[in-house]
Amino acid sequence: MSDANDPQSPQNATGGAGQGPGPDPMKAKRGRNIALALGLVGFAVLVFLVTVVRLGANILDRPL
Amino acid sequence: MATMTPAIPATAQPARWQDYMQLLKPRVMSLVVFTGATGLICADAPIHPLLGAVAILCIAIGAGASAALNMWYDADIDALMRRTRGRPVPAGRVQGAEALSMGVVLSLLSVMFMGVAVNWLAAGLLAFTIFFYAVVYSMWLKRSTAQNIVIGGLAGALPPVIGWAAAAGETPLNAWLLCAIIFMWTPPHFWALALYTSEDYEKAGVPMMPVVAGPASTRRQIFIYSLLFTPLCLVPAFTGLGGTAYLAVAGLGGAVFLILAWRVLRSAAGDSADPRVDGRLYDVRAGAKDARNLFAFSILYLSLLFATLLIEGLLGAPSFMNLIPGAA
Repeated sequence: MSDANDPQSPQNATGGAGQGPGPDPMKAKRGRNIALALGLVGFAVLVFLVTVVRLGANILDRPL
Repeated sequence: MATMTPAIPATAQPARWQDYMQLLKPRVMSLVVFTGATGLICADAPIHPLLGAVAILCIAIGAGASAALNMWYDADIDALMRRTRGRPVPAGRVQGAEALSMGVVLSLLSVMFMGVAVNWLAAGLLAFTIFFYAVVYSMWLKRSTAQNIVIGGLAGALPPVIGWAAAAGETPLNAWLLCAIIFMWTPPHFWALALYTSEDYEKAGVPMMPVVAGPASTRRQIFIYSLLFTPLCLVPAFTGLGGTAYLAVAGLGGAVFLILAWRVLRSAAGDSADPRVDGRLYDVRAGAKDARNLFAFSILYLSLLFATLLIEGLLGAPSFMNLIPGAA
């Protein structure tokens, strides 16, 4: 989410602004990506389920 | 935005997903989920379980969004206080702009999803709550008046009303009664904490009551608010909301609350600086123990009140008034 977290950036290549060793940048980025992906997939599933609940009855009741 | 120059380091270490979660203040979120769920259950209105869960999720995300906006705006003063300087923005793990973006996006998402999936009354109340916490409290009241947490407490008090509105599509008197209980609980709760952390608030220039009016006045006001708060907690038993168990919990807990508030009134809490261990809310010197005890018990008491209402609602327990012949 932040350029400052990019392991390719010069700032992080030098270990940051004197903060000492922190978590592995690649590992941190992977963790963020996985969390974001899970959040997006969860949201999409939730929207689908809410749509079924809110509109499902109308679909079943439609004239054939 | 800021009234002073913060010592916030540029983002130096890679942010983990847990840092973004921390922006949402998960502990506050859990309390908001709890009180919102209590309002939803106490409404005793038919709502599809999934839509009920979505309503609670939206309340949680909305609370998290306002917390992220608060952390963005308050990063300068957070950096100056022991209790808050480890937060992601002042610690430099997350950039302020990211916290702002996250807060805005999640605010819009939670309000729109609440409106589309549940109803627009609940969505409107959620939007007002986020606005009140992020703008009225964080950006205006917090740095300008000693009544900051009194008025700002409305934001923390609204979730049960939102939950009620989500289930019933209306907000009757009993919903606002739950709101009033949390609203009146806030001053004694926060001022008890502020009595032994006022050094931090003073350093950050936040006009908390002990800093502005002094500890003696704060102790007196805590006791006055406690005298108003504890009888108010009994009222739901007489408006058809709480049952016998609720009345017992509210009565016994209220008595303990008053005793602890009386002890704070008689104590010297806040009279001298407190060399606490960094970041720990419960390690205090002897003079501040009464304030610490009230702070801790206030959390327990509010949790017990809402847990009892929640359980009574889930079990369909009769209200106290229904047990009195001719009173219902």
